[in-house]
Amino acid sequence: MRKIISSVMTLTVAFAMVACGGNVNNGERKAQQLSGAGATFPLPFYNVVFEQFGQVNGDQVAYGGIGSGGGVRNLCDKIVDFAGSDAFLSDKEMAEMDSVIHVPTCMGAVVVAYNLDGVNELKLSGEVIASIFAGEIKMWNDERLAALNPSVQLPEEAIIPVYRSDGSGTTFVFTDYLAKASPMWASQYGAGKSVNFPTGQAAKGNPGVATVIRQTKNAIGYVGSEYAFAQNIPYARVENQRGEFVLPSAATISAAASGEIPADTRCSITHSDAAGAYPISTFTWMIVYKEQNYSGRTKEQAAATLDLLRYILSDEAQRITSEVHYAPLPAKAKELSMQNLKAVTYDGAPILQ
Amino acid sequence: MNDKLYKILLLATALAMPIVCGGVVYALVTDAYEAFEHFGFFNFLTSSEWSYTEGAEQYGALPFITGTLTTTLLALLFCIPFSLPVALFVGEYFKDTKAASVLGAATDLLAGIPSIIYGLWGFYTLRPLLMALNISPQGSGILTASLVLAIMIVPYAASLSAEFIKMVPSDLKESAYSLGATRAEVIRTVVFPVAGPGIFTSYILAAGRALGETMTVTMLIGNTNTIPHTITSTGNSMASIIANQFGEADDLRLSSLIAIGLILFLMTACINLIGKIMIKNARIE
Repeated sequence: MRKIISSVMTLTVAFAMVACGGNVNNGERKAQQLSGAGATFPLPFYNVVFEQFGQVNGDQVAYGGIGSGGGVRNLCDKIVDFAGSDAFLSDKEMAEMDSVIHVPTCMGAVVVAYNLDGVNELKLSGEVIASIFAGEIKMWNDERLAALNPSVQLPEEAIIPVYRSDGSGTTFVFTDYLAKASPMWASQYGAGKSVNFPTGQAAKGNPGVATVIRQTKNAIGYVGSEYAFAQNIPYARVENQRGEFVLPSAATISAAASGEIPADTRCSITHSDAAGAYPISTFTWMIVYKEQNYSGRTKEQAAATLDLLRYILSDEAQRITSEVHYAPLPAKAKELSMQNLKAVTYDGAPILQ
Repeated sequence: MNDKLYKILLLATALAMPIVCGGVVYALVTDAYEAFEHFGFFNFLTSSEWSYTEGAEQYGALPFITGTLTTTLLALLFCIPFSLPVALFVGEYFKDTKAASVLGAATDLLAGIPSIIYGLWGFYTLRPLLMALNISPQGSGILTASLVLAIMIVPYAASLSAEFIKMVPSDLKESAYSLGATRAEVIRTVVFPVAGPGIFTSYILAAGRALGETMTVTMLIGNTNTIPHTITSTGNSMASIIANQFGEADDLRLSSLIAIGLILFLMTACINLIGKIMIKNARIE
């Protein structure tokens, strides 16, 4: 009896696979199941892209939003096809594992959201944001804030900073910017996925921080742009290197990457000196091994992984970015990535011709 | 034949639990070893520094031990005025009536509500209320977490206390009545002294429940890695620091989090053990 059931199930699964994998990639290879893990920041974008990719190519992609650090650890353990990360690997991390390549997939930003009665326009500079989160500016009517916002009536209330309680790429991008914009921040707190914030309260995840800000009068905090745009929370204009006060949007985020990008695309674009750039912007990456034959992966699986990356770099997928509140990659980043993908091999032989 | 099979089966299941438990302890100890070795066991327990600065990482468990103990103690304190009257109502005043069984069942139902629901209620209802009443400017903190924890442990404290109150022998109570004691006097002079150890035990077991509560506390405590100075300040408990940081932690921080898990495991085990021993001694003959 058990044998019959199991053989029926095998057959059903086989049929199902044939049914959804019918004639993929012009029949060149069978449909594959890819798995990745990592950053939660691009998750809404990936969900849409993976589904579209499945419809176009027949391959299924499972992605676990376990955080950038977890994703990279999974890649190190060689149990996933790719890792998603908001922070590129440092030279030291790269040296500790087999050689990898970074492929940027989309762009996002970190917005500075606030909750102030009757205030719907706020301008901030990097120095001022750093002082607020360092606890040096304690009151909303502080003269440094008033100097940036002469036309705004700021209340005489204590500022309540809100930050992330979990390690996060969002925190990394935010503090990376603060460390560049404020020497005080760089020397005392530095940049990282977890930082010793001296004051305020913390909440878990973007939804946690956003909800605390929305519920708490006189609060200020940092939230991933994809979340803030979708939720309509008031957020501040931030001063960039050229002295422009820029509101985050798809256009101003993409503008941040209009400068030079290194060949391996590993670069921080916070505090960008480009015109019209929103200064707390970032790429998010997928990281794959250069040599795709590991943990018994097949050549077809490797080909599917590359197909996925090429699909994400395509115009079709990049158009989705702004629909789900991200910003598209600049042409330069796409070009470099396509070039980098050619270096990916299986058993030493390049996969893309 | 059948008997033998049963015996083997039962032996296997009986052995499985201690093996799992031993496995958990073994895994916790081996993974926590790095943190204890690096910081020293005693130093890890008493250091209040939780700092990520690269190269100079410092992890100490004291802020979280303090956070867990204060929220648990406050929760116990806050839960007494809710649970003791329920226990008296169910176990003494309206013993074996319909009203008592309805109230008892309603209280027990509270135990079945998932903790995330309590967390959401605390976050969306209690927290704004505390801010509106000007009790706490930032809303989150030890007090908010303790209040919600108190409600969560009411069913555990109430139903067990009610059982002990029910067990007080009627001849004892009747003798007191025959001497002209009022109901309140009987409760004060007979029920509480006799059922006292049992009631105390039920609060100990309820505390064991509050110790490890994770979701609710994470949502309400404010998650700052410092020792709380007042009951409205923010803090972090042992369970909530693990929930917050486990995802992105590695190396020394991961080991430190597991070490905190080990300490929490030992604390909960101790509390439950004390409860078990006391419950044995509290049996009313």
